[in-house]
Order: sequence, then structure tokens, then C-alpha cells
Amino acid sequence: MSWRSFEHALDRWFPAGTNPLRHLGALACLALALLLTTGAWLFAVYDSSVAGAHPSVSALAAQPLAGGLVRGLHRYAGDALLIFVWLHLLREWALGRHRLFRRATWWTGLPLLPFLYIVAIGGFWLAWDRLAQYAAIASAQWLDTLPLVGGGFARQFDLEVPDRLFSLLLFVHTGVALLVVFALWFHLQRLARPALWPPRALALGTLGVLLALALLWPVRSGPPAELGSAPLIASFDWWLLHLLPLADATPTLAWLAVVAMLALLALAPLWPRAPAASAAVVDAENCNGCGRCVDDCPYVAVSLVTRTGGDALAVVDADLCAACGLCAGACPSATPFRSNTRLISGIDLPGSTVDALRLRLRAQLAARPAAVVVYACERGAGPSTDVAGVDCVWLPLACVGQLPPAFVDYALRQGATGVVVAACEACEFRLGERYARERLAGLREPRLRARVPTQRWRIVRAAEGEERQLTEVIDGLRRARG
Amino acid sequence: MYSWRALIGQTLLYAAFAAAIGIGSWWPPYQHLAPGRALVKLSMVHHGERLGECVALTPEELAQLPPNMRAPTRCPRERAPVTVEVDIDGAPAIRRSAQPSGLARDGAAVLHERLEVAAGAHRIGVRMRDRAGEEGFGYSLDTDVTLAPAEILVVDFDAETRRIVLR
Ligand code: HEM
Ligand code: SF4
Ligand code: SF4
Repeated sequence: MSWRSFEHALDRWFPAGTNPLRHLGALACLALALLLTTGAWLFAVYDSSVAGAHPSVSALAAQPLAGGLVRGLHRYAGDALLIFVWLHLLREWALGRHRLFRRATWWTGLPLLPFLYIVAIGGFWLAWDRLAQYAAIASAQWLDTLPLVGGGFARQFDLEVPDRLFSLLLFVHTGVALLVVFALWFHLQRLARPALWPPRALALGTLGVLLALALLWPVRSGPPAELGSAPLIASFDWWLLHLLPLADATPTLAWLAVVAMLALLALAPLWPRAPAASAAVVDAENCNGCGRCVDDCPYVAVSLVTRTGGDALAVVDADLCAACGLCAGACPSATPFRSNTRLISGIDLPGSTVDALRLRLRAQLAARPAAVVVYACERGAGPSTDVAGVDCVWLPLACVGQLPPAFVDYALRQGATGVVVAACEACEFRLGERYARERLAGLREPRLRARVPTQRWRIVRAAEGEERQLTEVIDGLRRARG
Repeated sequence: MYSWRALIGQTLLYAAFAAAIGIGSWWPPYQHLAPGRALVKLSMVHHGERLGECVALTPEELAQLPPNMRAPTRCPRERAPVTVEVDIDGAPAIRRSAQPSGLARDGAAVLHERLEVAAGAHRIGVRMRDRAGEEGFGYSLDTDVTLAPAEILVVDFDAETRRIVLR
């Protein structure tokens, strides 16, 4: 069973784009935001001394609605975060989204994993109950087995534990948590407008689950740590602490497993080699330096430079370019109404130019006058026989965001009965469908001219396999014209 | 607004999510020490003796050194490894030797070993050698202990009294 079919199965339960599998990065951000807010609260009440640590945490149970809830949320949001992050990684990998222009995002995501584990394990030390004692000693023993560390961490717990140890533990937990935030900022550098927040229904559902857990299954401290005897642990958080039993059993193998896992993930984008589509190219003569392509590029691949004359000029970093064409869809010089024999956009995809699109449109409309024109994302519903019925002109695009909106107007002027812009099920380039909708609705530059009658065009989402629904939309436009 | 199927499906998924977190975060308990067992921890951070004595330099040797480094004696910094043997009830249980830390091998040797034993009475023998070329062991301790279940007995070296101690 492929990841896609798994996602499709869940789409039936989560309509209107609320499928959690499509928002794992955003769900991870939600969990992280919860951790930071509840963490700030806990930081304020925590006593970082040997004698004070356990009482200051276990006292939270006395106020179940404030402290208890905060502690429960903190713990369960931590569990949820690790689950979301692993699923997020698995999904990006399963969909092949770790390569090419996404490489940097993948690589900057990786350090988040060790950071999260350090924060998670470090968090358990702070409660200084029996579980904390186990977590502290097990991780210290594991660290001691590293070459060059010199050993001696675990010995700390064979002596009297000094107060400053708790200041250190608190510093590790909160310091690395801030490092996570910084690393996340880094992770998102190559993504324009990353989706940091899940759709409301999903955010509320997730929050509801975590709140319910915190209320019904409150997190309580065990008996205080006692260094003279080995802790018998009543309960164990396998989501956050699973590395420790492995490290107990076989510390060297555990280190090797961690290193091998990280190395494998780090090397994954390099092999097997994937062919890159040709990057967008700027034509200096047709670029007026307006900067719309810079605004709309989802992968921050375009920037403006100053030409010798002082005007601005767009330049593309080919390594970062996804060949999505959103920049061509944004460029004012890509309008098909220009009278040149060859339509040259300020920025365009060499493999699929707006000029080629205009030529195909003209040729096909000449062959089938009064057809309905379908500008379709090549990942979505395909031109199966029932769609490619008589009066339909099918023009595939890298992404619906590649379409300069004037092409809708232009097709109608050329005699088309109607125009359908058909997006795929979930934009491969994250922002293409959104931009296409905003441009057609006149909410984003370049806007579709307001005088184009709205009953003559539609923008729809039609996944592969949804050809029938698409046909209905086409038929609807045809019927409306009589 | 949601269909029945969607409502049931979502409820199921949220419930599964809650159950996964709720259960995985508490259960199953992890027993890293079986019931009725106790721990003996060998835990020492000890400086072995220097490998060699300080030697006086001859006037010729001194003359070859830069003026600011003309100390009359040269003392080797490297220390001997520290070797510890622990026997439980007469049977060898731990045999460990640790090199001094530091690039110049002049730091303390760190020994940290964990040994599980049955709770109850044991005779425990500890021997330590911290001198190079020594045949036997410079320090030793032989004693009876009674360990409660889960009790941790730490075997250490007290640098002040220069004795092996149990804590
Ligand atoms: C705290 C942990 C993490 C958080 C909060 C997080 C969050 C996010 C967010 C919000 C996005 C943008 C999604 C969008 O706009 O649609 C994203 C994208 C991405 N993440 Fe993460 N991430 C984390 C860890 C990781 C890890 C460990 C990896 C893999 C090594 C990873 C790989 C990726 C990739 C490849 C993308 C690009 C997706 C695309 O271009 O379509 N992330 N992440
Ligand atoms: S095709 Fe254009 S919008 Fe898309 S990534 Fe490349 S430069 Fe950016
Ligand atoms: S949108 Fe077109 S004209 Fe504007 S800066 Fe980009 S390439 Fe130049």
C-alpha cells in the first residue's frame, strides 16, 4: 500500500483538506507551540535544587485544573510532537520530497531530530522522581560510552548530587528547546509562506485530544529519586524514552544505530539521482523588475538584482528552482494579449513556455472552435476518453499556478465556450492552487480582468481518477452557453 | 456539514490517536532491574602514579634548551593505567583496566561498571593497582555485605584516606 493510497483513504474521513496526513509539519508546529507555552509556565514554578525539584513538580497535582492540566499538556504535546515529526519525515520521504530543490529543507530538518530527543529525555530528569533518576543515570551511562567523552557523567549520580546539577539540567532542557525553535526557523528558510498552522478543525481536534488526555489521565510524579537504590519504574513513556532501554541493553549498538539512521537520512537525497526539470529562465529584455515572481516563488529561488542602468532584474538560483512555473504565472509580460509573434515572458520555464501554451491554444481552438478549454495540472485528472469528448481543448500545465490569468480571458476571446482551470488534489508546490484562485478572484496580481463574466470560467480541484466530476463541470459550462 | 461516515471515521482516528499517546506514554512498564536483584557499581575516578621519576638534566642537556625552559629536572607527566578486580563470593566478577585520560595521559582514569547480583548476603573482594610494573595490587578490600533488593552498592576509592571504600 503506497503512502498516497493511505492518504486517499483518510481523505474520505477528513473532507475539505483537513486530512491530518497533509498537515503533519503544521501539526508539529502546533505541538511545539503548546510545549513552549506550557513549558514557560512550568519554568516559572520549577525549583532547580536537589531538595526542591521533586516537590515543586509533584505539587502541581494539587491544582488539577491549573498546574495538573499544564503538566499533562506539556507531556502529551511532547508525545504528539515526536509522532508528528516522524510521520512528517516519513511522508516527505515516501513522496520523494527529500530531493533536488527540497534538499536543503530536508537537511535542515534533520538536526531537529537529535535536538528533540535531547529535550525529551532531558525533560524527564527534571521531575526528579524515580523515573527521572532512571532517565538521568541511563543517559549518563550511555554518554560515558562515547569515545572522547572521557566518562564520569554517570559517576555524578554515585556521589551526592549538587544543586548546580539541576541548574545544568534545566539549562539543557530549555536551552536545547530554544535551539529547536531556531533550527525550525532554519528548516523553513527555503519555503515561502510555510503552513505553520493546521486548518482550524484539525487544530481543534488535536487540541481536544491532548486536553482530554491531560484531564482524564493526569501526569503524576513517582516517588522522589533515591540514589542509594535502583529505581523500579511503575510507568514508562515509550514515545519519548525509547532510546534508553536500547542504550541500556547495548550502548555501542545504540550509538551505531543512531549514527547510521542519521547518516542514511542525510544521504537519502543523493541517491538514487533524480533528474531535475529545467529551471526557470529570466529574459532580461522582458523583465521590468516588478518583483512579482520574487513574491510568488514558493521556494525562494528568485531574487532581484540591480542592472547597470539602475533598474531591477530578476535572477533565478537554478539549484533551488522547482520548475513549477508560478513565476511565469505571476509575470506581467506573460499575458497572451501581447501582439508579438513570439510571446516571451520576463521569466518562464524553458520546457513549457507561455508561448508554446498560446500556440497550442490557438491551434486547438482553430480545430475545435467553441470548445471548452481546460488548463489542467498535469498531476490531476487526466484527459481520459470521457473528458476528451468532442468540444474540449486540454492544455496540461506544470501547476495551475503557472497560468497567467489573462489566458482565461484570451481563450474566451478566441471563441472558447468556457474555461476550466483544474488543480490536482494537493498542490505539489504548496502554493500554486492558492495563487491561481487568488489571481482569478482578483485578489492577487496579476488579476483576471473583472469584466470577464464569472459564469464563463471555473477553477476546480480534480484529482487523478476524478475525471467524471471534471466532465460534469465542463458540461455545466457548455450547457450554460446553450 | 460532515457526513456520517466522516464523523465516525474522524472519531475513530482521534480515539486511536488518543489511545496511542495515552498508552504509549505509560505502558508497558520498563524493568531495567529484575525483582530480587541488586546492583554493584564500580565507580572510580583515580589518578594513577606517574610512570617515571623526575630526572636531573645534565649541564649539556640544559644548554640545548631555550633559556626560558631550563628547568633543572624533567618530570614525565604520563600516569600508569588503573586496574581493578572485583570478586563476588570468591568468583571473578569485574576485571577492568582504564587508561589515564587526557592527550598526555596525565589525567585521572575513569572506571564505571555496573554489575547485577542477587539481593542478599555476599562476600565482596576488591583489588586495585595504580602503579606501572607492579605485580600485585597496592590496595585491597575484602568484606561481607548484605544487599536489599534494588540496593546500589558503590565501590569507590577515597583519595584522602587512600582506601577502597564501599558506599
Ligand atoms: C520540529 C520538527 C519539524 C517541524 C515543526 C517541521 C515543520 C515543517 C513545516 C511547517 C513545513 C512546511 C509545510 C508546508 O508549508 O506545507 C515543513 C516542510 C518540510 N519538512 Fe519539516 N518539520 C520538522 C522536521 C522535519 C524533519 C525531521 C524532516 C526530514 C528530515 C523534515 C522535512 C521537510 C521537508 C522535506 C519539507 C518540504 C516540503 C515541501 O517542500 O513540500 N521536516 N516542515
Ligand atoms: S519555476 Fe519559478 S516560481 Fe517555481 S521555483 Fe522556479 S523560480 Fe520559483
Ligand atoms: S515578474 Fe516578470 S517582470 Fe516582474 S520581476 Fe519577475 S520576471 Fe521581471
